[in-house]
Amino acid sequence: MNLTLDIWRQKNTDTKGAFKTYAISNISEDMSFLEMLDVLNEQLVEKGEDPVHFDHDCREGICGSCNLFINGRAHGPNIKTAACQLHMRSFSDGDNITIEPWRASAFPVIKDLVVNRGAFDRIIQAGGYVSVNTGGVPDANEIPISKVKADQAFDSATCIACGACVAACKNASAMLFVSAKVSQLALLPQGQVERKTRVERMVAQMDAEGFGACTNTGACSIECPVGISQDNIARMNREYYSAKAKSDNLE
Amino acid sequence: MSWFTKAISSSLGKKFVMASTGLFLIIFLLGHVSGNLLLFKDDGGQAYNFYAEFMTTSPIVQVLRILTAASFILHIIYSILLTRINRKARPVEYKVTKPGANTEWPARNMGILGTIIFVFLVIHLRTFLYEMKFGDVAYVDYGDLGRVKDLYTLVASTFSIWWYSILYIVMMVFLAFHLWHGFKSAFQTLGMKHRKYTPAIEKAGYAFAIIVPAVFAAMPIFFLIKSLG
Ligand code: HEM
Ligand code: FES
Repeated sequence: MNLTLDIWRQKNTDTKGAFKTYAISNISEDMSFLEMLDVLNEQLVEKGEDPVHFDHDCREGICGSCNLFINGRAHGPNIKTAACQLHMRSFSDGDNITIEPWRASAFPVIKDLVVNRGAFDRIIQAGGYVSVNTGGVPDANEIPISKVKADQAFDSATCIACGACVAACKNASAMLFVSAKVSQLALLPQGQVERKTRVERMVAQMDAEGFGACTNTGACSIECPVGISQDNIARMNREYYSAKAKSDNLE
Repeated sequence: MSWFTKAISSSLGKKFVMASTGLFLIIFLLGHVSGNLLLFKDDGGQAYNFYAEFMTTSPIVQVLRILTAASFILHIIYSILLTRINRKARPVEYKVTKPGANTEWPARNMGILGTIIFVFLVIHLRTFLYEMKFGDVAYVDYGDLGRVKDLYTLVASTFSIWWYSILYIVMMVFLAFHLWHGFKSAFQTLGMKHRKYTPAIEKAGYAFAIIVPAVFAAMPIFFLIKSLG
């Protein structure tokens, strides 16, 4: 296939970027989207040009690095698919493909299509953990938990923190990410001790990072490569309001 | 800042204000539309005029009115505060977007819809509430029952102006869109989501969003037809 690519090029955080158009030919439809970019980059390197920087690591949909905004959608046209799992057969010969970085003030562009998602790490550091003094390995099934709760917690835990929710949201809100992390631990017995403080701190950090608020449009769940549901946001809100009313924290 | 002011100024705190005032306004709409059904009563407006008299004098209704006004004001102030946060969160827009692929139109346009409702609200209050309170609405004498202001005739004559009626009808369409998303969204914001109840809440919301504005719109239509015939 022959394609025209419109790619955001930006030298670093402090310089202004712009779109640059590239024509690319002989792309196989069995290639992944990232392999198509690899081909482009090889050609750029051969010509002595700066290759297009993009984030990737596992290329199997589990690490959440490959954040590309493709043709107006986070991770491209397919649902429940990370950009690395997207294949060129989802496009047609002659297509014009626009590739942009995630756009959010909390995710500054580092270079080209690579953004700094450190804000997510700081939100996790604010409370997205369980403090335990590790003792011996507990026996299996020692901690009682219902199958339903365990499944819900697992579903929340599948979040790969890619940031597609922020990218897709018209408000650049991080509520789906934060709520998945809050939910996962709020549902598990191990998370109960820090339950109230956790949600208070994580939401405070989310606000401090400059993410938007939620209008419940639901775009995030549709664009999420693992399909984290809106139930998480409702649960986080519930957790937050009840924590604010009942926790011992005055700050 | 106290723990409370901090909580209310967080993003989720602001959303709490938005959702709870929105729900209160929904209850207000229900009361408003029910009371105004008296406009359809074929008694020359007597029942409606006594209802209007009751609404402007009863102390308990005055408390509800203050709450309604406060809800409107808070809802509007917080919509501005939230919109500012949301705009700041994305300083650089995307070149290509496909909003229709993952969201409904009303959900994306709550701010625009709300602004239109606000403009309508100002016009609406000027036409009826202001006239009722400060204007010179004529009195009508119902003998032993008493003498009350004839709001009915004001409504009837206002809605005989065709462009005014059309304005009202169009405005109700915007209100319907705001409620279409707002009703269910308020429950989601307050964390009231449950696999047993949410499907019913969503259906109730869609029904409310269609029926209430439709009944409101029926009022200008009713008087417009009446004035022609
Ligand atoms: C009768 C009038 C109104 C009713 C019943 C109403 C109801 C609601 C409800 C239930 C919500 C959902 C709250 C949530 O998402 O949690 C909402 C959201 C909203 N309303 Fe209204 N509203 C009314 C008038 C207005 C006005 C006059 C404005 C603005 C000038 C406005 C602006 C907004 C905005 C911007 C949102 C979305 C907030 C967000 O981003 O989450 N509304 N409204
Ligand atoms: S590169 Fe790891 S999820 Fe796509």
